[in-house]
Amino acid sequence: MDYAYFLVTLITAIVLVIGGLGLALLISPRSNNPQKREAYESGIPTRGTSWMQFRVGYYLYAILYLMFDVETVFLFPWAVVVRDLSISGLVSILFFLLILVLGLAYAWKKGALEWK
Amino acid sequence: MFDFSIWTNWIDQFLRTNLPEFWALAIEFVVVGVIILALYCIIALALIYFERKICAFFQCRLGPNRVGPYGIFQSVADMLKMLIKEIIPINHTDKFLFYLAPFFVLIASILAFGAIPWGNGLQILDFNIGIFYILSVSSLGVIGILLAGWASNNKYSMIGAMRSGAQLISYELSAGLALMTIVVLSGSMQLSTMIEGQKDCWYLFQGHIPAVIAFIIYLIAGHAETNRGPFDLPEAESELAAGYHTEYSGLQFGFFYLAEYLNMFIIASIAATVFLGGWMPFHVTGLDGFNAVMDYIPSVIWFFGKVVFLMMLSLWVRWTFPRLRIDHLLDLEWKYLLPINMVNLLVMVIVVIYGWYF
Repeated sequence: MDYAYFLVTLITAIVLVIGGLGLALLISPRSNNPQKREAYESGIPTRGTSWMQFRVGYYLYAILYLMFDVETVFLFPWAVVVRDLSISGLVSILFFLLILVLGLAYAWKKGALEWK
Repeated sequence: MFDFSIWTNWIDQFLRTNLPEFWALAIEFVVVGVIILALYCIIALALIYFERKICAFFQCRLGPNRVGPYGIFQSVADMLKMLIKEIIPINHTDKFLFYLAPFFVLIASILAFGAIPWGNGLQILDFNIGIFYILSVSSLGVIGILLAGWASNNKYSMIGAMRSGAQLISYELSAGLALMTIVVLSGSMQLSTMIEGQKDCWYLFQGHIPAVIAFIIYLIAGHAETNRGPFDLPEAESELAAGYHTEYSGLQFGFFYLAEYLNMFIIASIAATVFLGGWMPFHVTGLDGFNAVMDYIPSVIWFFGKVVFLMMLSLWVRWTFPRLRIDHLLDLEWKYLLPINMVNLLVMVIVVIYGWYF
């Protein structure tokens, strides 16, 4: 039953966006002008495309994020039951965390977290 | 405490006895949808007015004061203005992704918005994975921001989106781990159960030192996730025009704006629910008279009081500190908050296992 309301929320969100945009398109004015349709880069004509190679630093953060985010997904169920698992739960997760922290330490030492 | 589920159950019973099952459900769904929409828009408008007024006071200005008494209709007028502004089609954009981006941003914030417990018995989505659900749907917003920046084919948008992506995904880890610290203490991810568990004492006080550390980390991470204050690099107006939404105009820009304010509200209300007891009044174990007096204040007022307090903190931070640089920002997360958070989580586990909490 709860998940039906999830669907209702999702549909409400989609209705808000489509309805709002539709209404805006209906009542908003139109005027055409070649200059207006250009990309805004502080008044200077655009040079080339922006779809080009970008700093690799962001990519490294994304990779690290992936590692820790999957870890978060694994840790949440553990966090719910750790009270019953007691010490054995803590010890077994320590190894898991240790491997992860080693990964972070390796990336840190390799300079993935530095900006040159 | 007045339980609002008495009302909702009564409405449900009333509809079911008078109408066939299908129509009763249909009416309920429509009512829920309308309530979500109305609350979402009203809260966004109120927040925009609230923020503009408060920020004016921080800077010794008056703020909006022309439309209505004390300018209270300013944000309504702004919304109407945004609705009648032209949506400019830009050349050389990736059309499909360009129009898709506001959907992601807004849908992510509405889905998270649906799970907020407003008061005793006033909650639309109460899953047994509540916290996890909110974390996962609110991280959908990153996709919208990256799409917006990429599809715009504009250098400012591109830089803004990349910065924003790096910032949002980084701080999401801290937010998740900080909330996990409290999940260890509560033993449940369901928001209603977590609030019930704070009947005698809020988790902030129950978990004492690790909980306070988690609370501070969550406030920092949450503040960074809303792209505001000292962390507003993605849309740093003095260097990037408007960041990832430079090319958006009219209502499409309005959607980004709306989602930003609502995300601030969602972050504040999750912090209030998980750490400060949500709608649960302030109770002190043993002082029964005091607790009974506190129970007279309605649950909705407790919830909004805590949320407004946390948002005031957020505004205060926003108007106090200068903007960070991107490498400092990511250093703060990866070299300080994340390791502190991991240790803090283990400390909390030890505290819970040995029963050293209140």
